[in-house]
Amino acid sequence: MTKIAELYVGDALNDIQLNPVSRIDLIKYAGASGDFNPIHTIDEEAKKAGLPGIIAHGMWTMGNLAKLFTNYYEEGFIQDYSIRFRGMVFLNDVITLKAELKERDESLLKFDVLAVNQENKPVLKGNVVYRLY
Amino acid sequence: MKEMIGKASKKVKNTVERGAVKKFAEAIGDVNPIYLDEEVGKNSRYGQNIAPPTFARVFDYGIIEGLNLPNKGLIHGEQIYHYERPLLVGEDVYCYAQVSDYYEKSGAMGNMGFIVLENNGEDKDGNTIFTSKSIVILTEAYRKVQQV
Repeated sequence: MTKIAELYVGDALNDIQLNPVSRIDLIKYAGASGDFNPIHTIDEEAKKAGLPGIIAHGMWTMGNLAKLFTNYYEEGFIQDYSIRFRGMVFLNDVITLKAELKERDESLLKFDVLAVNQENKPVLKGNVVYRLY
Repeated sequence: MKEMIGKASKKVKNTVERGAVKKFAEAIGDVNPIYLDEEVGKNSRYGQNIAPPTFARVFDYGIIEGLNLPNKGLIHGEQIYHYERPLLVGEDVYCYAQVSDYYEKSGAMGNMGFIVLENNGEDKDGNTIFTSKSIVILTEAYRKVQQV
């Protein structure tokens, strides 16, 4: 694994492609996070809310995205993590997680981060500022 | 709703529980040993396991009096975290919530309200560990039903 500190502006971290979103993923996240909003787990409730089916918790996708950085824990940590929720994630969607280094300011590495679905449509977009020790 | 700006909850003591971190890491598919393996934690620069950055959403932030927004129909628009350092497994975190802004805008979903809710965590000496902001959208339909 390359060190995160050795990246150049324009370099990307290795993409991660998730398995197709399953209902059990979302049930597990509901339990682990305490977010039991039923539009994420129960079809009828999603339909009542005007959705075609259940959707993933935005925070589930945001939580997944952060794992692009986890392996570098000896070098630094995620200081700032900001996300805009851009599109809904449905069952069986295949989400790919991406991060690209945009700017370096001494010990601060500024990344653009992105999660796209199988149609390459952004579902979540934002920034990570990674602070090196 | 505007009158809620500045209102905060009382601080609530939370603990970064090992089991909760494990369940959370598994739920986001981030089963890195730095979160889960005690040996790896002990030998790391943290001397302890840490928690994923979005784990902070698990904490109890208390109740802001007068703020009653059932989550059914709310839209989470944006989420922002700032960390001074990672959360350590086993430590106590004192958490509180605060309404930091409220504004209205007209858009595709009618006359929408935007509430900026802070969820912050401190150590036992009152030093900030993390701050976070959620921007939550109240659609016109939601505002009608909830009369906000």
